[in-house]
Formats: sequence, structure tokens, C-alpha cells
Amino acid sequence: MFQLVQRRRIYFTFSAIVIGLGIIAMIVSYVQIGTPFRIGVDFQSGTRFEVQFQEPVTEDGIREVFNDSGITNPAITSLQGEALENAWQIRTEFMSPEEADEIEQALDSNLAPVNPEATLVQTVSPSVGAEVTRAAFVAVLVAAGIILVYIMFAFRQVPNPFRYGASAVVAMLHDIAVTFGFIAITGLVFGWEVDALFLTAVLTVAGFSLQDTIVVFDRIRENISKYPLEDFEMLVNRSILETIHRSLATQLNAMFVIVAILLFGGASIKHFIAVLLVGLLSGTYSSIFNATPLLVAWEKRAMEAA
Amino acid sequence: MWLAIIVAIAAAALWVAFNDNYPVRQGLDLQGGLQVLLAADVPAEEDVSREDMTAARQIISQRVNGLGVSEPLVQVEGERRILVELPGIANANDAIDLIRETALLEFIDTGSQPLPEGTCVRTTLNEGRPSPCEDEAPAPTFETVLTGGELRNADVQTDSFGRAMVAFQMTPEGGDILGSHTANNIGQFLTIVLDKRVISSPRINDAISDAGTITGNFELEEAQNLALQLRFGRLPIPLTVESTREIGATLGALSVEASLQAGAIGVIVVLLFMLVYYRLPGLLADVALLLYALLNFAIFKWLAVTLTLPAITGFLLSTGMAVDANILVFERMKEELRRGSSLRNAITAGFNRAWTSIRDSNIATLVICLILWGFGRNFGASIVQGFAITLAIGVMISMFTAVIVTRTFVGLVMGRAAEWLRSREWLLGT
Repeated sequence: MFQLVQRRRIYFTFSAIVIGLGIIAMIVSYVQIGTPFRIGVDFQSGTRFEVQFQEPVTEDGIREVFNDSGITNPAITSLQGEALENAWQIRTEFMSPEEADEIEQALDSNLAPVNPEATLVQTVSPSVGAEVTRAAFVAVLVAAGIILVYIMFAFRQVPNPFRYGASAVVAMLHDIAVTFGFIAITGLVFGWEVDALFLTAVLTVAGFSLQDTIVVFDRIRENISKYPLEDFEMLVNRSILETIHRSLATQLNAMFVIVAILLFGGASIKHFIAVLLVGLLSGTYSSIFNATPLLVAWEKRAMEAA
Repeated sequence: MWLAIIVAIAAAALWVAFNDNYPVRQGLDLQGGLQVLLAADVPAEEDVSREDMTAARQIISQRVNGLGVSEPLVQVEGERRILVELPGIANANDAIDLIRETALLEFIDTGSQPLPEGTCVRTTLNEGRPSPCEDEAPAPTFETVLTGGELRNADVQTDSFGRAMVAFQMTPEGGDILGSHTANNIGQFLTIVLDKRVISSPRINDAISDAGTITGNFELEEAQNLALQLRFGRLPIPLTVESTREIGATLGALSVEASLQAGAIGVIVVLLFMLVYYRLPGLLADVALLLYALLNFAIFKWLAVTLTLPAITGFLLSTGMAVDANILVFERMKEELRRGSSLRNAITAGFNRAWTSIRDSNIATLVICLILWGFGRNFGASIVQGFAITLAIGVMISMFTAVIVTRTFVGLVMGRAAEWLRSREWLLGT
């Protein structure tokens, strides 16, 4: 039989390198902009404009209009994509809706006519930003805790159900770490931001990661009752190989949809879909190469200690 | 038996899907509009009562209904926030002003002089934010008799000559104050001001206590406006704007069209994959999957789920999980066949053994949905909420279609034709 679980050191090392790259990106980002990743308006106070002009404008032209209104440091980026000609995103400190409206009018009259059908103005006050960040953090922790309890309950017939729950949660946190690393790297390279959609992606990734892990664990649970005398490492190895067709077929199908949206879908959710893509790959990897080997390592160590 | 239920459900779903009484609700990101998140403007340690929030919500609802927006959404989020969504609105700023207006309504004693509408006045009451109108008002300072807080209700009635008038009721305390004031000041004017600006200056004709009428040369519409201002002039709590999103109409439409097409391409590839890889069972699963899509669409319409981009994404991902359930079953069937089981036994074992995986993983996903939903609810992050709702609906429907429906189809087609299939293994994809 193909020896899969036995090579677990390699998989753990690979995961460590991927997460390590993400952490390096976070540190670089922290040094450069003061936060580990670029934080979007949803989680940080500020105002975001997405404006489409009817004729080409320059970044300096936009900056001038903002400076005239007393805003000294707007972050201006040009938006790329289908139907986004002359579209720009401008981020500033928090301002009231009235002030935002004045600026929009100033852009329209002093710079170039604005297409009102294609503008977006978003403002978030400081208080809500901080609260959302805290709540997002709590949401992830609560999710991890509930999942742990749930798996312990679902696997209550096997010996040491806590190890199953903990391994699944570690794999899930691994995937969350990978997605955060990814957003840190893309934040440095492309300026991608952590927003409410990103949080949605992270939690979806967590859900899929769990699904993959539970499928493998379910097979282990079944095989334990079928072959109670088999060596645990061999049994787990067999369980992975038995479910690997399913894992690959499912992964492939998810990829079909995600890649299609990534290639042909709307520009506004491209980041979201890209994060999902990376997260799903990580999720399948972590359930086969992290969660299950971790379970084996844990069981073995406990056996040796006994 | 199951077949009859499936056919009945499919028929009901078809009916809802093509019934125009159940419109597809498009989210703000699809059709453009304004989203405003308001928060109670009181110190963090101070509690905000549920009743106050509900009352504020109702008042804002009344105000935005006057804007003529189709399907505005006003809901309380968490303990101290109110989310307002106005699809397709053109002038965002006017809408925000209208929502936020925390006008202070006062009845002031202006003695023997009526004041023309729109005049700025000073009053003895100085609570709340300073009014710009008051700053430019000349002396004297009028005495505030009552505020809108003591007013219970106001509506429009017509007298026997068909003239419109405004009838109002006071709270018991307000009635006492008004009673003694009007008894002593018959013939004088009791002027009504909103944010220190005169909206009406009626003469006291009689002593009135807890209920009275304001008459004048009102047009019906004027009277209605006055009643509305009396009733809704005042929010029970001050509100501040925490966040706003103003989305142009075309920005979303282009994006959504492209994403929907892309999703459709992805799903077609998935259907083809299932057909090529699992052959006959794959074909049956494809039929179940189409039924799954139909059921989802019908439920979205029936429950008036607001479709946003993340909501559609949630649906697409749940489609992935529906497919996964069938893959689990079919892989298991193949495994059993390879071990030499009969086709009939392999089918039974495939569904039974795969069920624990499907059940456990789907429950885990539902738990995640619940947490996401709670998170979205507290912070007006309605996009996160939409995602969680469609994903949860999809997962629940998938347990029905991918397990019960596929099983019924497989039992019906393959169970009957087991003998015939034995010599045509290519149809099973083993």
C-alpha cells in the first residue's frame, strides 16, 4: 500500500513554509503600513469612493480636488477591469456623508463629469470599525470552539474523540492562517484588502476544510470498528487512500465553478473568489496532509508514553 | 412513494418559480442604492431600550416610505443599530438628512401674535443640539409649554364643512399642562415649532386638555403633513450615521451578469464531469442537481431572500456540497462493486455508509452559517448574512435532493435494470 501518513514530516514542513511566507508578508506589511494586512473600510474607519469619470483623468488631478477640500492624504488607485474605464478608487479618513457629497460634486464640476450610475461612496465611523474587528475575531474563536465540541460529540464512539476534534480544528486554523497569509501577500503586491467579503471567504474555507476532514475521519471511524486490531497508522493510511477519489473529485468540481467565476465573473468579487480558491486548495491539503497525520502522531506519542 | 412526493415538490417549486407574485429580491449591490447604518448616539455604558429602538425604526420607516422607494428596508440590528437600505435611490444626501432628522417639536406661548410659517424663534427650552435657525432668530425668547414628548397621536379629520383639521391626543401629564394653559389663554396663540422653526400658529379657541383639534385654512395635504410632523417629528433617541454605502446602478448590474454567466459555465462543466465520470448514476445525479437548483430558486423567491453577489456565491458553494454528497455516495458504490457486491447491495451500502459523512459535514457547515448569520446581524453586514442564509438553505435542500431524490432515481432506474446493467458495466463507470 502507498505510504502516505508515514511521510508526515514533509507535509508539516511544507505547511510551515507556506504559513511562514504569510507571516513574513505580515511583518513586512506591518513595518510598511502599520497593520499586518491592508484593512478595508469595513473594519477600519474611513471613506471609500469608487468613481467613474466620463473622460480620462490623472491621479494628480484627483489629488488636487481632494487637497482643495482640505483632505491631504487620499489613497488613489485606478480600477482595472471590464466596464471600469476611467474608474478610480479613493480612500480617505472618515468624513461625514455631507462632506463626501461635496467632494463628489467638486470632482464632477472641477475635474471631469462623473458617471453617477457607477459611483460608490462608503463611510465607516471609527466606532463601528473597531467593534466589527473584535466581533470578527470572536466569531472565528466561537466557531472553532463549537466545531471542537461538535466533532467530539459526532465521534464519541471512537477512543479519544477530543483528539479528532482538536486535529480538525488545527487543520481549520491552518487554512485560516494560509488565507490570511495570502491576503497579506496580495496586500503587499496588489493592494488587496481585508473586508467583510474576505471574512465570508475565510469562514467558507473553514467550513469546507471541516467537511473534507470529517469525510476522512468518518472513514477512520468506520474502519476502526471494522478492523479493530489493525495498526492505527496503517488504518489511517488506508482510510485516506479509500477516500482520496472522493476528495479529488469534489475538489475538482469546486474548482470548475471557482475558476469559471475567476475567469469570467464580475470584477467586484474577484478578490473574494481568489481567496476562496487558495483556501479550498489549502483545505483539501490540510485535511489529508495535516489533520489526519496529526491524529496519527498524537495517538503514537500517547502510545509510546503509555 | 418518494417519487410522488418529489414530483409534487418539483411541481410546487415550478409554480413558485414562474409565479410573478413572488418577485426576485435584488440586493443593493445588484440594483444600486443607498445603505445607511445608524447607531444610537448615547454613551456606550448607557442602555438603549428595545422599545425605543423599535419606535425609532417605525418612525424612520414612515419617513422613508414617503420617498417612494420600492421595498425599502429598515431593521434593528443588534442592540443599538438600525440598518436602512433604499434601493435605486437617486439623491442619497436628502435621504440621509430625512432619516436622521431628530427634530425637536415644541408648543410655545406666543401671546397675542400668530407667527408666519417658517419663522425662526428662540424658546426657553434648550436641550439637544443647537439649531442654526435659533441662532439667527431675533428676541424675544418664547416660553415652551409642551414638547412633542407629551404628544401621543395626531391625525387628520374633516369637519362638517369638509375642511381638513388635525386632531391630536396628549399623554395624561401633557393633557394636564395643556388644560391649565389653554384655560388661562383663550384667544391667544399656541405656536407649534419644529427645531425652532414655526410650522403652524393656531389660536386657542377653547380650553382643551387631553385631546384637541387644530383648525385653519388647511389643504388636505397640508393637514396631513402637519399631523405627520406632530406624530413623527421626534425620534425617541438621537441617531448618528455610522456607515453609508452608496452604490451606482450599473456598477452592480455588470458585475452580476458576468458572475451569473460564469457560475452557469462552471455548473455546466460540473454536470458534464458527473456524466462522464459516473455515467448512468452521474446522469441521475445531474437530474437531481437541476431539481436542486429549481428548489433553491423557488425558495429564494418564496422567502423573499435578498439576492446579493455574496448570496449568489453562497448558493454556488452549496451546489458544490450537493455534488460532493453524490460523489461520496457513488465512490462508495464503486468501492462496493469492486469488492464484488451485487449492484443492489452496492447501491444500498453506498447510500447508507456515505450518509454519516454527509450528515456530519453538513451539520458543521450549518453551524458555521449560524455564526456568520449572527455576526452579520449585529453589524449591518448584510452581505455576510445573505451569504450565510443562501448557503444554509442550499445545504438543507442538498440533503434532500442529493440523498433522497438521487436515491429514489437510482433505485427506480438501476434497481429495476440490475440484470440488464450487469453486461453493460461501462454505464456504471467502474
